[in-house]
Amino acid sequence: MSFRAPHELHKRRFGRNLGLGLVLAAFVALVFGLTVAKVSNTAFKVPSLSQGGN
Amino acid sequence: MSDASLNTDNAALPLEAGFGDFFALLKPRVMTLVVFTAVVGLLAAPVAVHPVVALAAILFIAVGGGAAGALNMWWEADIDAAMKRTRKRPIPAGRVTREEAFAFGITLAAFSVVMLALATNFLAAGLLAFTIFFYVVIYTIGLKRWTPQNIVIGGAAGAFPPMIGWAAATGTISIESVMMFALIFMWTPPHFWALALFMRGDYDTAGVPMLTVTHGRRATRVHILVYTVLLAALALGAAFTGIGGPVYLGVAVVFNALFLRDAVAIWRRDEAQAEADNYRVEKRAFRLSLWYLFAHFTAILAEAVLSGFGLGGWA
Repeated sequence: MSFRAPHELHKRRFGRNLGLGLVLAAFVALVFGLTVAKVSNTAFKVPSLSQGGN
Repeated sequence: MSDASLNTDNAALPLEAGFGDFFALLKPRVMTLVVFTAVVGLLAAPVAVHPVVALAAILFIAVGGGAAGALNMWWEADIDAAMKRTRKRPIPAGRVTREEAFAFGITLAAFSVVMLALATNFLAAGLLAFTIFFYVVIYTIGLKRWTPQNIVIGGAAGAFPPMIGWAAATGTISIESVMMFALIFMWTPPHFWALALFMRGDYDTAGVPMLTVTHGRRATRVHILVYTVLLAALALGAAFTGIGGPVYLGVAVVFNALFLRDAVAIWRRDEAQAEADNYRVEKRAFRLSLWYLFAHFTAILAEAVLSGFGLGGWA
């Protein structure tokens, strides 16, 4: 039993979904990298809870 | 959509967009200029930026520029369909609808501004938001269809990226970033008018009031010369600011001499001469203008890199 070749429309959708998936993965990696860069900065301070409450 | 609808000929299928079509909406060729000048603005700034923050800043500036490009294509679908140069773009070709382009552009615009603010600072994000607004609302929707000065004022939108890059690094606007802005701003009109001289049919067909259409080709030739003289004065003056130095001055002298030579040649020619050699000088000036901007910003970057070794600038 053989599979039918994917339809052109499905191929195009797959390409679009794959592209979007890769972009989202790259975005997650970038935000993670940004977070590490920001909290590694010597000027970074964890906000005080008491200040946040007032 | 039901699977039954897939059992038709390919010709009858709706032209569904692929990933590349959405990427094309971002005007990737224009984006390369945005990215390059923004990188130079960011690296020329006298403040060290964490590499990840710099990468994120450039990426979000590029996305913001791309979003402006998508919104420009949304509004100008009718012009793009009329012009030979642009009729294969995703909207006139029928692969992306205008509504999709608008949703895509407006979402990316908001996303890029918010992310740039989080990654760097509010000044850089504000400048990016203003750039998108200026390009889409002031230039595309407002000016382009009713004034022949569209290129002059619209050029400001393309001039902002180095300023945004500089602001992302320093959080300020300074004479150096204003000089980089001014360099692109003054460069844009002669660059586009040279193009308009030899792409003669396109803008007429689309009804865009380019200077060549409203004031004639003689006036356009005069305008190219005047703007190139002003540009040369500005480009050479920038050599003596914080972004300049001996390397930049050398590059500026050579490229401004070449650009002035072409501008004078364009001014001296009439249409009969231009048609006789198929706009050879105008085409050469257009190609040179691309190298001109690339060379100036590369020289600014070189000065910044050299200053890292204590060699850049006049000090």
